[in-house]
Amino acid sequence: MSDIKIKVIDREGVTHDLDAPTDMNMNLMEVCKAYELPVKGTCGGMAMCASCHCYVESDHELQEASEDEEDMLDQAFFVEDNSRLGCQVFMKPELNGLTVRLAEESE
Amino acid sequence: MIETDIIIIGAGPCGLFTVFEAGLLKLKCHLIDSLPIPGGQCAEIYPKKPIYDIPGYPEVLAGDLVDNLMKQIEPFNPGFTLGEAVEGVEKQEDGSFIVTSSGGTKHKAPVVAIAAGLGVFTPRKPPIENITDFEDKGIDYIIKDPEKFRGKNVVISGGGDSALDWSVFLANDVAKSVSLVHRRSSFRGHPDSVDKVMSLAKEGKINLITDAEVKSLEGGDSLTSVGIKHKTEGEIKVDADYWLPLFGLSPSLGPIAEWGLNISKNSIEVDTFDYSTNVPGIFAIGDINTYPGKLKLILCGFHEATLMVQSAFKIVYPDKKLSFKYTTVLGGIDGFQE
Repeated sequence: MSDIKIKVIDREGVTHDLDAPTDMNMNLMEVCKAYELPVKGTCGGMAMCASCHCYVESDHELQEASEDEEDMLDQAFFVEDNSRLGCQVFMKPELNGLTVRLAEESE
Repeated sequence: MIETDIIIIGAGPCGLFTVFEAGLLKLKCHLIDSLPIPGGQCAEIYPKKPIYDIPGYPEVLAGDLVDNLMKQIEPFNPGFTLGEAVEGVEKQEDGSFIVTSSGGTKHKAPVVAIAAGLGVFTPRKPPIENITDFEDKGIDYIIKDPEKFRGKNVVISGGGDSALDWSVFLANDVAKSVSLVHRRSSFRGHPDSVDKVMSLAKEGKINLITDAEVKSLEGGDSLTSVGIKHKTEGEIKVDADYWLPLFGLSPSLGPIAEWGLNISKNSIEVDTFDYSTNVPGIFAIGDINTYPGKLKLILCGFHEATLMVQSAFKIVYPDKKLSFKYTTVLGGIDGFQE
């Protein structure tokens, strides 16, 4: 079984339990979109729009954010130490049980 | 009044290629784009990113693709209204449309092709509850007249070039005080600009507040102060006649959403026969449209543009018969021009 279970808390505070495949090089933004959660993913996953900004709420050790991701987080709002761009969080077996909360959308 | 056969809204790859396909049918085009340069997302978001799924190009930089498209459509001499976002559309008695853009420019054509991608690029607005109360009353997202900041307390947010450059400009004997607020201590702007900001901060001319973010706004008729949350020092209140949140641009559908078109999930619904919308004469192609099986690919936008102009021809020339010709048969593009 190559799926992992992750939890995504939407902007209304509702928790969604999602199954995410780990063998398709999918990122968190794409998983959210596949489940029709309100994540725009405007730039398609290039770390160039910040519309998939989220907070990692579980203790999982993620790969450190690249300089590109940090630069893009500069254009997001309410950025915290646990802020990440969903499109840069790739689904891997060690992320089983990952919990993230979607950040407020800017308009 | 600019008159043409097809008004194309959006000068991204799909809009640009429409000029080519329309040109083969001897239809004239005029492009309108809110950005000051053609290319849309390819120019604004990712000019230096390689694209790998354009047929015939194993790899092409987005910016180069735009340059090549501009070269490809040059023989058809399209018109451009750049730096103006479309606002209204009015249907005329003769069946044509008048499209007005933000600079007041009016465009008239029997066909409108919306190739607006993800929409119009507008400044990102921080999601602070009462922010709209102070828009134009102390909050500017775009700086048009820097003289208005003379003798004022100005707070700037952001870590890119515009935040850095305006901080430097306003700190040099323009504003009474300049505070630059940024969420971390490194800046993504040009190293020269970063150095200038750092030295002005040392001289006490810029109040540099890093590891911090503006979280709240206070004032009556106009802004008087901003509340800043600092990672280690907690809340800081800074006097501010103006706050300039400079967080870059992001796209949204904009006024097109009010044009009476059928819209689903920020996209315009079309008939895949010719990518027509529910309003006869208005078509939607590329990333802005939706239909069963839609994929948001440049490649698909090119296809949609090609089919769309066939129907556009019938609207522009209802009495003429359209004969389809390959570009290889008339001795190149010149053969399609006279």
